[in-house]
Amino acid sequence: MFKYIPLGDSSFLIKLGDTISTSIHKQLQALFLEICNAQIKGIVELVPAYNELMICYNPLEIKYSILVDKLKHIEEGLNTIELPELFLLHIPVCYDPEFAPDIEIVANTSKLTTEEVIQTHSSVEYLVYMLGFTPGFCYLGGMNNKIATPRKESPRQIIEAGSVGIAGNQTGIYPIDSPGGWQLIGKTLLKLFDPERKPEFLIRAGDYIKFNPITKIEFEEIKNLVESGEYTLRKDRRDG
Amino acid sequence: MAKIKIYNPGLLTTIQDLGRFGYQQYGMPVSGAMDSYSLKLANILVGNKASEACFEATAIGPTIEFDSKAFIAICGADMSPKLNGADIDMYKTISINSGDKLSFESLENGFRTYIAFAGGIDIPVVMGSKSTYLRGKIGGFNGRQLKFGDELLLGKVESSIDIKHISKHQIPVYKNHFTARIIAGPEVGHFTVSGLTSLLNSEFTLSVQCDRMGYRLAGEKIEHKLSSDIISSGISFGTIQVPAHGEPIIMMADRQTTGGYTRIANVIYVDLPYLAQLQPGDTIRFQEIKLEEAHNLIQKQEKAFNLE
Repeated sequence: MFKYIPLGDSSFLIKLGDTISTSIHKQLQALFLEICNAQIKGIVELVPAYNELMICYNPLEIKYSILVDKLKHIEEGLNTIELPELFLLHIPVCYDPEFAPDIEIVANTSKLTTEEVIQTHSSVEYLVYMLGFTPGFCYLGGMNNKIATPRKESPRQIIEAGSVGIAGNQTGIYPIDSPGGWQLIGKTLLKLFDPERKPEFLIRAGDYIKFNPITKIEFEEIKNLVESGEYTLRKDRRDG
Repeated sequence: MAKIKIYNPGLLTTIQDLGRFGYQQYGMPVSGAMDSYSLKLANILVGNKASEACFEATAIGPTIEFDSKAFIAICGADMSPKLNGADIDMYKTISINSGDKLSFESLENGFRTYIAFAGGIDIPVVMGSKSTYLRGKIGGFNGRQLKFGDELLLGKVESSIDIKHISKHQIPVYKNHFTARIIAGPEVGHFTVSGLTSLLNSEFTLSVQCDRMGYRLAGEKIEHKLSSDIISSGISFGTIQVPAHGEPIIMMADRQTTGGYTRIANVIYVDLPYLAQLQPGDTIRFQEIKLEEAHNLIQKQEKAFNLE
Protein backbone atom coordinates (compact mmCIF):
# COMPACT_ATOMS: atom_id res chain seq x y z
CA MET A 1 0.00 0.00 0.00
CA PHE A 2 1.30 3.40 -0.98
CA LYS A 3 1.00 6.38 1.35
CA TYR A 4 -0.94 9.49 0.34
CA ILE A 5 0.49 12.56 2.04
CA PRO A 6 -0.75 16.16 1.61
CA LEU A 7 1.84 18.75 0.56
CA GLY A 8 -0.26 21.84 1.15
CA ASP A 9 -3.77 22.24 -0.25
CA SER A 10 -2.98 22.00 -3.96
CA SER A 11 -0.62 19.05 -4.16
CA PHE A 12 0.09 15.76 -2.44
CA LEU A 13 2.58 12.93 -2.60
CA ILE A 14 2.17 9.26 -3.25
CA LYS A 15 5.00 7.59 -1.40
CA LEU A 16 5.98 4.17 -2.72
CA GLY A 17 8.87 3.36 -0.39
CA ASP A 18 11.73 4.75 1.65
CA THR A 19 14.73 3.94 -0.55
CA ILE A 20 16.18 4.55 -3.99
CA SER A 21 15.78 1.34 -5.97
CA THR A 22 15.06 0.24 -9.52
CA SER A 23 12.01 -1.72 -8.38
CA ILE A 24 10.42 1.34 -6.72
CA HIS A 25 11.39 3.38 -9.79
CA LYS A 26 9.63 0.97 -12.15
CA GLN A 27 6.49 0.89 -10.00
CA LEU A 28 6.51 4.67 -9.86
CA GLN A 29 6.88 4.93 -13.66
CA ALA A 30 3.95 2.55 -14.10
CA LEU A 31 1.81 4.55 -11.66
CA PHE A 32 2.81 7.81 -13.36
CA LEU A 33 1.83 6.54 -16.81
CA GLU A 34 -1.44 5.05 -15.63
CA ILE A 35 -2.47 8.30 -13.94
CA CYS A 36 -1.54 10.23 -17.12
CA ASN A 37 -3.65 7.85 -19.21
CA ALA A 38 -6.61 8.15 -16.85
CA GLN A 39 -6.81 11.91 -17.70
CA ILE A 40 -8.50 12.80 -14.43
CA LYS A 41 -10.04 16.28 -14.52
CA GLY A 42 -8.56 18.47 -11.84
CA ILE A 43 -5.04 17.06 -11.98
CA VAL A 44 -2.75 19.90 -13.02
CA GLU A 45 0.47 17.93 -13.39
CA LEU A 46 2.53 15.05 -12.06
CA VAL A 47 6.12 15.23 -10.82
CA PRO A 48 7.85 11.86 -10.43
CA ALA A 49 10.89 11.62 -8.15
CA TYR A 50 12.82 8.61 -6.77
CA ASN A 51 10.30 7.20 -4.31
CA GLU A 52 7.46 9.69 -4.42
CA LEU A 53 5.11 10.96 -7.09
CA MET A 54 3.83 14.51 -6.57
CA ILE A 55 0.30 15.20 -7.80
CA CYS A 56 -0.58 18.87 -8.33
CA TYR A 57 -4.34 19.43 -8.47
CA ASN A 58 -6.96 22.13 -8.50
CA PRO A 59 -9.21 21.66 -5.46
CA LEU A 60 -11.90 23.78 -7.18
CA GLU A 61 -12.19 21.08 -9.86
CA ILE A 62 -11.91 17.91 -7.79
CA LYS A 63 -12.29 17.08 -4.11
CA TYR A 64 -9.15 15.73 -2.47
CA SER A 65 -10.90 12.64 -1.08
CA ILE A 66 -12.45 11.76 -4.45
CA LEU A 67 -9.11 12.18 -6.23
CA VAL A 68 -7.31 9.98 -3.69
CA ASP A 69 -9.99 7.29 -4.09
CA LYS A 70 -9.55 7.32 -7.87
CA LEU A 71 -5.78 7.01 -7.52
CA LYS A 72 -6.07 4.17 -5.00
CA HIS A 73 -8.19 2.37 -7.55
CA ILE A 74 -5.42 2.82 -10.13
CA GLU A 75 -2.89 1.62 -7.53
CA GLU A 76 -4.85 -1.63 -7.03
CA GLY A 77 -4.64 -2.47 -10.73
CA LEU A 78 -0.96 -1.64 -11.00
CA ASN A 79 0.46 -5.18 -11.02
CA THR A 80 -1.24 -6.04 -14.28
CA ILE A 81 0.19 -3.06 -16.14
CA GLU A 82 2.82 -3.54 -18.79
CA LEU A 83 5.51 -0.93 -18.83
CA PRO A 84 6.13 0.77 -22.16
CA GLU A 85 9.27 0.02 -24.14
CA LEU A 86 12.51 1.21 -22.62
CA PHE A 87 15.17 2.98 -24.61
CA LEU A 88 18.91 3.28 -24.36
CA LEU A 89 20.11 6.68 -25.58
CA HIS A 90 23.70 7.04 -26.76
CA ILE A 91 25.11 10.40 -25.72
CA PRO A 92 28.30 11.33 -27.59
CA VAL A 93 30.81 12.79 -25.11
CA CYS A 94 34.23 14.23 -25.87
CA TYR A 95 36.62 13.52 -23.00
CA ASP A 96 39.44 15.55 -24.61
CA PRO A 97 41.43 17.56 -22.01
CA GLU A 98 39.98 20.75 -23.54
CA PHE A 99 36.55 19.78 -22.22
CA ALA A 100 37.72 17.82 -19.18
CA PRO A 101 39.46 20.30 -16.86
CA ASP A 102 39.02 18.04 -13.82
CA ILE A 103 39.66 14.58 -15.26
CA GLU A 104 43.15 14.50 -13.70
CA ILE A 105 41.58 15.13 -10.27
CA VAL A 106 39.18 12.24 -10.80
CA ALA A 107 42.06 10.04 -12.01
CA ASN A 108 44.23 10.94 -8.99
CA THR A 109 41.37 10.42 -6.51
CA SER A 110 40.47 7.04 -7.97
CA LYS A 111 44.10 6.02 -8.61
CA LEU A 112 43.32 5.27 -12.25
CA THR A 113 44.71 6.61 -15.50
CA THR A 114 42.55 9.11 -17.38
CA GLU A 115 41.93 6.40 -20.00
CA GLU A 116 40.61 4.11 -17.27
CA VAL A 117 38.38 6.89 -15.93
CA ILE A 118 36.90 7.37 -19.41
CA GLN A 119 36.50 3.62 -19.85
CA THR A 120 34.79 3.25 -16.44
CA HIS A 121 32.51 6.23 -17.01
CA SER A 122 31.48 5.24 -20.54
CA SER A 123 30.89 1.51 -20.04
CA VAL A 124 27.76 1.80 -17.86
CA GLU A 125 24.14 2.03 -18.93
CA TYR A 126 22.79 4.63 -16.51
CA LEU A 127 19.16 4.64 -15.44
CA VAL A 128 17.48 8.07 -15.48
CA TYR A 129 15.63 7.96 -12.17
CA MET A 130 14.16 11.44 -12.34
CA LEU A 131 14.60 14.98 -13.67
CA GLY A 132 14.83 18.02 -11.42
CA PHE A 133 17.15 20.68 -10.01
CA THR A 134 17.33 22.62 -13.31
CA PRO A 135 15.33 22.16 -16.54
CA GLY A 136 16.43 18.87 -18.10
CA PHE A 137 18.83 17.76 -15.35
CA CYS A 138 18.82 13.95 -15.05
CA TYR A 139 19.46 12.12 -11.80
CA LEU A 140 21.38 9.06 -13.00
CA GLY A 141 21.90 5.77 -11.22
CA GLY A 142 24.62 3.23 -11.83
CA MET A 143 27.95 5.05 -11.67
CA ASN A 144 30.89 2.88 -10.69
CA ASN A 145 32.01 3.96 -7.21
CA LYS A 146 35.65 3.59 -8.28
CA ILE A 147 35.46 7.02 -9.94
CA ALA A 148 33.50 8.74 -7.16
CA THR A 149 35.12 12.13 -6.45
CA PRO A 150 34.07 14.89 -4.04
CA ARG A 151 32.75 18.17 -5.43
CA LYS A 152 35.13 21.07 -5.95
CA GLU A 153 35.77 23.09 -2.82
CA SER A 154 34.83 26.32 -4.53
CA PRO A 155 32.19 26.01 -7.23
CA ARG A 156 32.67 27.51 -10.69
CA GLN A 157 30.66 30.64 -11.44
CA ILE A 158 29.58 29.32 -14.79
CA ILE A 159 29.56 25.86 -16.26
CA GLU A 160 28.55 25.55 -19.90
CA ALA A 161 25.50 23.55 -20.91
CA GLY A 162 26.52 20.06 -22.04
CA SER A 163 29.34 19.69 -19.50
CA VAL A 164 29.57 16.19 -18.04
CA GLY A 165 30.70 15.91 -14.46
CA ILE A 166 31.06 13.86 -11.31
CA ALA A 167 30.01 14.87 -7.78
CA GLY A 168 30.45 12.26 -5.06
CA ASN A 169 29.01 9.03 -6.41
CA GLN A 170 26.79 10.82 -8.93
CA THR A 171 27.40 11.70 -12.56
CA GLY A 172 25.37 14.04 -14.71
CA ILE A 173 25.14 16.54 -17.55
CA TYR A 174 24.53 20.28 -17.07
CA PRO A 175 21.49 21.04 -19.26
CA ILE A 176 21.79 24.84 -19.06
CA ASP A 177 24.65 27.23 -18.25
CA SER A 178 24.74 27.39 -14.47
CA PRO A 179 27.14 27.72 -11.54
CA GLY A 180 28.23 24.44 -9.98
CA GLY A 181 30.81 22.43 -8.12
CA TRP A 182 30.99 19.22 -10.16
CA GLN A 183 34.30 17.82 -11.39
CA LEU A 184 34.13 18.22 -15.16
CA ILE A 185 35.35 15.29 -17.26
CA GLY A 186 33.82 15.85 -20.69
CA LYS A 187 31.28 17.57 -22.85
CA THR A 188 28.36 16.71 -25.10
CA LEU A 189 26.96 18.96 -27.83
CA LEU A 190 23.47 17.56 -27.53
CA LYS A 191 20.98 19.98 -26.02
CA LEU A 192 19.19 18.27 -23.16
CA PHE A 193 16.82 21.23 -23.07
CA ASP A 194 15.81 23.56 -25.86
CA PRO A 195 12.60 25.61 -25.42
CA GLU A 196 12.48 26.18 -29.20
CA ARG A 197 12.47 22.45 -30.03
CA LYS A 198 9.73 19.80 -29.88
CA PRO A 199 10.00 17.90 -27.65
CA GLU A 200 11.82 20.42 -25.48
CA PHE A 201 13.55 17.75 -23.41
CA LEU A 202 15.80 15.07 -24.90
CA ILE A 203 15.72 12.57 -22.06
CA ARG A 204 12.86 11.28 -19.92
CA ALA A 205 12.74 9.58 -16.56
CA GLY A 206 12.83 5.82 -17.16
CA ASP A 207 15.25 6.04 -20.12
CA TYR A 208 18.74 4.58 -19.91
CA ILE A 209 21.71 6.53 -21.21
CA LYS A 210 25.25 5.58 -22.15
CA PHE A 211 28.13 7.97 -22.78
CA ASN A 212 29.91 7.23 -26.06
CA PRO A 213 33.46 8.61 -26.15
CA ILE A 214 34.22 10.64 -29.29
CA THR A 215 37.33 12.37 -30.58
CA LYS A 216 37.71 16.11 -31.06
CA ILE A 217 37.31 15.64 -34.82
CA GLU A 218 34.04 13.76 -34.33
CA PHE A 219 33.01 16.48 -31.85
CA GLU A 220 33.42 19.12 -34.59
CA GLU A 221 31.48 16.99 -37.09
CA ILE A 222 28.62 16.50 -34.65
CA LYS A 223 28.68 20.22 -33.88
CA ASN A 224 27.80 21.02 -37.49
CA LEU A 225 25.04 18.41 -37.56
CA VAL A 226 23.53 19.60 -34.27
CA GLU A 227 23.61 23.23 -35.41
CA SER A 228 21.86 22.41 -38.70
CA GLY A 229 19.35 20.21 -36.89
CA GLU A 230 20.47 17.09 -38.79
CA TYR A 231 21.90 15.12 -35.90
CA THR A 232 19.98 11.95 -35.03
CA LEU A 233 20.33 10.58 -31.56
CA ARG A 234 21.04 6.85 -31.49
CA LYS A 235 18.24 5.18 -29.57
CA ASP A 236 18.11 1.39 -28.97
CA ARG A 237 15.36 -0.67 -27.43
CA ARG A 238 16.38 -2.10 -24.11
CA ASP A 239 14.93 -4.87 -21.96
CA GLY A 240 13.97 -4.04 -18.34
CA MET B 1 -1.60 47.76 -31.93
CA ALA B 2 -0.76 49.91 -28.96
CA LYS B 3 2.87 50.20 -28.06
CA ILE B 4 4.40 50.99 -24.69
CA LYS B 5 7.91 52.12 -23.91
CA ILE B 6 9.83 51.54 -20.71
CA TYR B 7 11.41 54.76 -19.46
CA ASN B 8 12.54 53.35 -16.17
CA PRO B 9 12.25 49.64 -15.43
CA GLY B 10 12.04 50.01 -11.63
CA LEU B 11 13.89 47.58 -9.39
CA LEU B 12 12.77 44.28 -10.91
CA THR B 13 9.89 44.27 -13.35
CA THR B 14 9.11 41.01 -15.15
CA ILE B 15 6.23 39.71 -17.21
CA GLN B 16 4.30 36.97 -15.42
CA ASP B 17 1.06 35.07 -15.89
CA LEU B 18 -0.21 32.20 -13.73
CA GLY B 19 2.81 30.04 -14.57
CA ARG B 20 4.19 27.33 -16.81
CA PHE B 21 2.49 24.04 -16.05
CA GLY B 22 3.12 20.55 -17.37
CA TYR B 23 6.92 20.61 -17.46
CA GLN B 24 7.81 20.15 -13.81
CA GLN B 25 8.39 16.46 -14.56
CA TYR B 26 11.37 17.63 -16.65
CA GLY B 27 12.71 19.89 -13.94
CA MET B 28 11.18 23.10 -15.30
CA PRO B 29 10.06 25.53 -12.57
CA VAL B 30 6.49 26.85 -12.77
CA SER B 31 7.33 30.57 -12.30
CA GLY B 32 4.34 32.91 -12.71
CA ALA B 33 3.04 35.68 -10.47
CA MET B 34 4.21 35.66 -6.88
CA ASP B 35 0.78 37.12 -5.99
CA SER B 36 -1.74 35.43 -8.28
CA TYR B 37 -4.69 37.07 -6.50
CA SER B 38 -3.61 40.61 -7.48
CA LEU B 39 -2.73 39.47 -11.01
CA LYS B 40 -6.21 38.01 -11.51
CA LEU B 41 -8.00 41.06 -10.13
CA ALA B 42 -5.96 43.41 -12.35
CA ASN B 43 -6.79 41.34 -15.44
CA ILE B 44 -10.48 41.17 -14.67
CA LEU B 45 -10.65 44.97 -14.30
CA VAL B 46 -9.47 45.45 -17.90
CA GLY B 47 -11.64 42.71 -19.38
CA ASN B 48 -8.80 40.19 -19.84
CA LYS B 49 -8.88 36.52 -19.01
CA ALA B 50 -7.82 36.24 -15.35
CA SER B 51 -4.74 34.28 -16.48
CA GLU B 52 -3.33 36.91 -18.89
CA ALA B 53 0.25 38.13 -18.42
CA CYS B 54 0.89 41.34 -16.49
CA PHE B 55 3.88 43.34 -15.34
CA GLU B 56 5.04 42.28 -11.90
CA ALA B 57 6.95 45.22 -10.39
CA THR B 58 9.02 44.70 -7.25
CA ALA B 59 9.44 47.43 -4.57
CA ILE B 60 10.04 50.25 -7.08
CA GLY B 61 7.62 50.60 -9.97
CA PRO B 62 8.48 51.29 -13.63
CA THR B 63 7.82 54.39 -15.73
CA ILE B 64 5.92 53.58 -18.92
CA GLU B 65 4.82 55.73 -21.86
CA PHE B 66 1.84 54.80 -24.03
CA ASP B 67 1.74 55.64 -27.76
CA SER B 68 -2.03 55.23 -28.08
CA LYS B 69 -5.21 54.79 -26.08
CA ALA B 70 -5.29 51.92 -23.64
CA PHE B 71 -6.89 50.62 -20.47
CA ILE B 72 -4.89 49.44 -17.49
CA ALA B 73 -5.44 48.38 -13.88
CA ILE B 74 -3.03 48.26 -10.96
CA CYS B 75 -3.44 45.84 -8.04
CA GLY B 76 -1.15 44.65 -5.25
CA ALA B 77 1.45 46.75 -3.47
CA ASP B 78 0.73 50.48 -3.23
CA MET B 79 3.62 52.18 -4.99
CA SER B 80 1.80 55.52 -5.29
CA PRO B 81 0.86 55.23 -9.00
CA LYS B 82 0.69 58.46 -11.04
CA LEU B 83 -0.56 59.27 -14.49
CA ASN B 84 1.24 62.30 -15.93
CA GLY B 85 2.24 63.12 -12.38
CA ALA B 86 -1.27 63.03 -10.86
CA ASP B 87 -2.43 60.36 -8.40
CA ILE B 88 -4.53 57.54 -9.85
CA ASP B 89 -6.61 54.87 -8.13
CA MET B 90 -5.59 51.28 -7.72
CA TYR B 91 -8.10 48.41 -8.00
CA LYS B 92 -9.92 50.33 -10.73
CA THR B 93 -9.94 50.38 -14.55
CA ILE B 94 -7.88 53.37 -15.73
CA SER B 95 -8.33 54.91 -19.17
CA ILE B 96 -5.09 55.97 -20.86
CA ASN B 97 -4.62 58.46 -23.69
CA SER B 98 -1.90 58.51 -26.30
CA GLY B 99 1.26 60.07 -24.86
CA ASP B 100 0.32 59.41 -21.23
CA LYS B 101 3.06 58.46 -18.81
CA LEU B 102 2.50 56.02 -15.96
CA SER B 103 4.94 56.25 -13.07
CA PHE B 104 5.25 55.23 -9.44
CA GLU B 105 6.62 56.95 -6.38
CA SER B 106 7.03 55.74 -2.81
CA LEU B 107 6.23 52.21 -1.68
CA GLU B 108 3.40 52.65 0.85
CA ASN B 109 2.66 48.99 1.56
CA GLY B 110 3.21 45.54 0.11
CA PHE B 111 6.16 44.63 -2.13
CA ARG B 112 4.88 43.62 -5.58
CA THR B 113 2.44 45.42 -7.82
CA TYR B 114 0.69 44.09 -10.93
CA ILE B 115 -0.11 46.20 -13.98
CA ALA B 116 -2.64 44.65 -16.36
CA PHE B 117 -3.14 45.98 -19.88
CA ALA B 118 -6.42 45.48 -21.76
CA GLY B 119 -5.70 43.01 -24.55
CA GLY B 120 -2.72 41.60 -22.69
CA ILE B 121 0.95 41.82 -23.66
CA ASP B 122 1.91 40.63 -27.13
CA ILE B 123 4.92 38.41 -26.47
CA PRO B 124 5.60 34.80 -27.50
CA VAL B 125 4.11 31.99 -25.45
CA VAL B 126 7.00 29.72 -24.46
CA MET B 127 5.99 26.23 -23.38
CA GLY B 128 2.45 27.28 -22.66
CA SER B 129 3.19 30.46 -20.72
CA LYS B 130 4.32 34.07 -21.01
CA SER B 131 5.95 33.97 -17.58
CA THR B 132 9.59 34.98 -17.24
CA TYR B 133 11.84 32.34 -15.67
CA LEU B 134 14.85 34.51 -14.83
CA ARG B 135 17.44 31.82 -14.02
CA GLY B 136 16.58 29.82 -17.14
CA LYS B 137 16.45 33.03 -19.23
CA ILE B 138 13.23 31.93 -20.90
CA GLY B 139 9.73 33.36 -21.37
CA GLY B 140 8.58 36.91 -20.75
CA PHE B 141 10.41 39.64 -22.66
CA ASN B 142 13.56 37.95 -24.05
CA GLY B 143 13.80 35.85 -20.88
CA ARG B 144 14.81 38.81 -18.72
CA GLN B 145 13.59 41.64 -16.54
CA LEU B 146 12.52 44.81 -18.35
CA LYS B 147 15.16 47.42 -19.12
CA PHE B 148 15.29 51.08 -20.04
CA GLY B 149 14.20 51.57 -23.64
CA ASP B 150 12.32 48.30 -24.09
CA GLU B 151 9.30 48.59 -26.36
CA LEU B 152 6.40 46.18 -26.07
CA LEU B 153 3.22 45.71 -28.05
CA LEU B 154 -0.12 45.23 -26.36
CA GLY B 155 -2.66 42.71 -27.57
CA LYS B 156 -5.80 43.63 -29.48
CA VAL B 157 -8.75 44.72 -27.37
CA GLU B 158 -11.70 42.63 -28.55
CA SER B 159 -14.63 44.42 -26.97
CA SER B 160 -15.48 47.70 -25.29
CA ILE B 161 -14.07 48.19 -21.83
CA ASP B 162 -16.17 49.33 -18.88
CA ILE B 163 -14.69 51.16 -15.95
CA LYS B 164 -14.90 48.79 -13.01
CA HIS B 165 -13.56 48.69 -9.50
CA ILE B 166 -12.96 46.08 -6.84
CA SER B 167 -15.16 46.42 -3.77
CA LYS B 168 -13.35 47.40 -0.61
CA HIS B 169 -13.79 44.13 1.28
CA GLN B 170 -11.99 42.25 -1.53
CA ILE B 171 -8.95 44.51 -1.39
CA PRO B 172 -6.18 42.95 0.68
CA VAL B 173 -4.58 44.95 3.49
CA TYR B 174 -0.81 44.48 3.77
CA LYS B 175 0.91 44.93 7.11
CA ASN B 176 4.45 44.36 8.34
CA HIS B 177 3.40 41.24 10.15
CA PHE B 178 1.57 38.27 8.71
CA THR B 179 0.26 35.07 10.23
CA ALA B 180 0.48 32.42 7.53
CA ARG B 181 -1.76 29.41 7.86
CA ILE B 182 -0.07 26.10 7.19
CA ILE B 183 -0.79 22.42 6.70
CA ALA B 184 1.56 19.90 8.32
CA GLY B 185 4.14 18.57 5.84
CA PRO B 186 5.32 15.06 4.98
CA GLU B 187 8.40 15.18 7.26
CA VAL B 188 6.74 16.72 10.29
CA GLY B 189 7.86 13.60 12.20
CA HIS B 190 11.53 14.44 11.55
CA PHE B 191 11.40 17.30 14.09
CA THR B 192 11.62 17.38 17.87
CA VAL B 193 8.75 18.72 19.97
CA SER B 194 10.89 21.76 20.62
CA GLY B 195 11.43 22.18 16.87
CA LEU B 196 7.70 22.08 16.18
CA THR B 197 7.09 24.50 19.05
CA SER B 198 9.59 26.90 17.47
CA LEU B 199 7.67 26.74 14.20
CA LEU B 200 4.24 27.30 15.72
CA ASN B 201 4.96 29.57 18.69
CA SER B 202 7.76 31.89 17.67
CA GLU B 203 8.08 34.81 15.33
CA PHE B 204 10.28 34.74 12.23
CA THR B 205 11.73 37.61 10.23
CA LEU B 206 11.93 37.65 6.45
CA SER B 207 15.67 37.90 5.76
CA VAL B 208 17.25 39.76 2.86
CA GLN B 209 17.76 36.36 1.24
CA CYS B 210 14.33 36.48 -0.34
CA ASP B 211 13.54 36.46 -4.02
CA ARG B 212 11.13 34.91 -6.50
CA MET B 213 12.67 31.51 -5.79
CA GLY B 214 12.39 31.36 -2.02
CA TYR B 215 12.27 33.19 1.32
CA ARG B 216 14.79 32.41 4.03
CA LEU B 217 13.45 33.22 7.49
CA ALA B 218 15.49 34.18 10.55
CA GLY B 219 14.38 33.26 14.04
CA GLU B 220 14.47 30.37 16.51
CA LYS B 221 16.27 27.40 14.99
CA ILE B 222 13.94 24.54 14.16
CA GLU B 223 15.44 21.41 15.65
CA HIS B 224 15.52 18.10 13.79
CA LYS B 225 15.11 14.76 15.51
CA LEU B 226 16.42 12.87 12.51
CA SER B 227 18.44 13.94 9.51
CA SER B 228 17.54 17.17 7.73
CA ASP B 229 18.05 15.52 4.33
CA ILE B 230 15.55 13.42 2.42
CA ILE B 231 15.62 11.57 -0.88
CA SER B 232 15.03 14.37 -3.44
CA SER B 233 11.33 14.79 -4.08
CA GLY B 234 8.64 17.25 -5.12
CA ILE B 235 8.14 20.65 -3.54
CA SER B 236 5.31 23.06 -4.21
CA PHE B 237 4.51 26.76 -3.89
CA GLY B 238 4.60 27.52 -0.17
CA THR B 239 6.49 24.39 0.92
CA ILE B 240 8.54 25.17 4.04
CA GLN B 241 11.84 23.31 3.93
CA VAL B 242 14.20 23.14 6.89
CA PRO B 243 17.85 22.38 6.04
CA ALA B 244 20.43 21.38 8.69
CA HIS B 245 20.98 25.04 9.75
CA GLY B 246 17.43 25.03 11.19
CA GLU B 247 16.23 28.19 9.44
CA PRO B 248 13.08 27.63 7.42
CA ILE B 249 12.95 28.42 3.71
CA ILE B 250 9.59 29.00 2.01
CA MET B 251 9.58 27.96 -1.65
CA MET B 252 8.07 30.60 -3.94
CA ALA B 253 7.15 31.01 -7.64
CA ASP B 254 10.57 30.30 -9.26
CA ARG B 255 11.34 27.38 -6.91
CA GLN B 256 13.08 24.26 -8.16
CA THR B 257 10.73 21.38 -8.88
CA THR B 258 12.34 19.05 -6.37
CA GLY B 259 14.32 19.46 -3.19
CA GLY B 260 16.30 17.39 -0.73
CA TYR B 261 15.41 18.99 2.62
CA THR B 262 12.74 18.04 5.15
CA ARG B 263 9.36 19.57 4.36
CA ILE B 264 7.90 20.58 7.72
CA ALA B 265 4.74 22.29 6.44
CA ASN B 266 3.12 24.13 3.54
CA VAL B 267 1.59 27.60 3.48
CA ILE B 268 -2.00 27.42 2.24
CA TYR B 269 -2.91 28.69 -1.23
CA VAL B 270 -4.96 31.72 -0.19
CA ASP B 271 -2.13 33.02 2.03
CA LEU B 272 0.56 32.87 -0.68
CA PRO B 273 -0.41 36.29 -2.13
CA TYR B 274 0.16 37.86 1.30
CA LEU B 275 3.58 36.21 1.55
CA ALA B 276 4.40 37.70 -1.86
CA GLN B 277 3.68 41.16 -0.44
CA LEU B 278 6.04 40.93 2.56
CA GLN B 279 9.11 43.13 2.63
CA PRO B 280 12.50 42.00 3.96
CA GLY B 281 12.45 42.66 7.72
CA ASP B 282 8.71 41.94 8.05
CA THR B 283 7.68 39.28 10.57
CA ILE B 284 5.82 36.01 10.11
CA ARG B 285 4.07 33.58 12.44
CA PHE B 286 2.61 30.23 11.48
CA GLN B 287 -0.75 28.77 12.43
CA GLU B 288 -1.73 25.20 11.63
CA ILE B 289 -5.10 24.46 10.04
CA LYS B 290 -6.79 21.42 8.50
CA LEU B 291 -6.76 20.61 4.79
CA GLU B 292 -10.54 20.88 4.50
CA GLU B 293 -10.50 24.38 5.97
CA ALA B 294 -7.85 25.42 3.42
CA HIS B 295 -10.04 24.12 0.59
CA ASN B 296 -13.06 26.07 1.89
CA LEU B 297 -10.93 29.22 1.90
CA ILE B 298 -9.98 28.70 -1.75
CA GLN B 299 -13.67 28.50 -2.70
CA LYS B 300 -14.37 31.66 -0.74
CA GLN B 301 -11.49 33.50 -2.42
CA GLU B 302 -12.76 32.49 -5.86
CA LYS B 303 -15.89 34.60 -5.32
CA ALA B 304 -13.77 37.77 -5.46
CA PHE B 305 -13.20 37.14 -9.16
CA ASN B 306 -16.89 37.48 -10.08
CA LEU B 307 -17.18 41.22 -10.59
CA GLU B 308 -20.67 42.41 -11.27
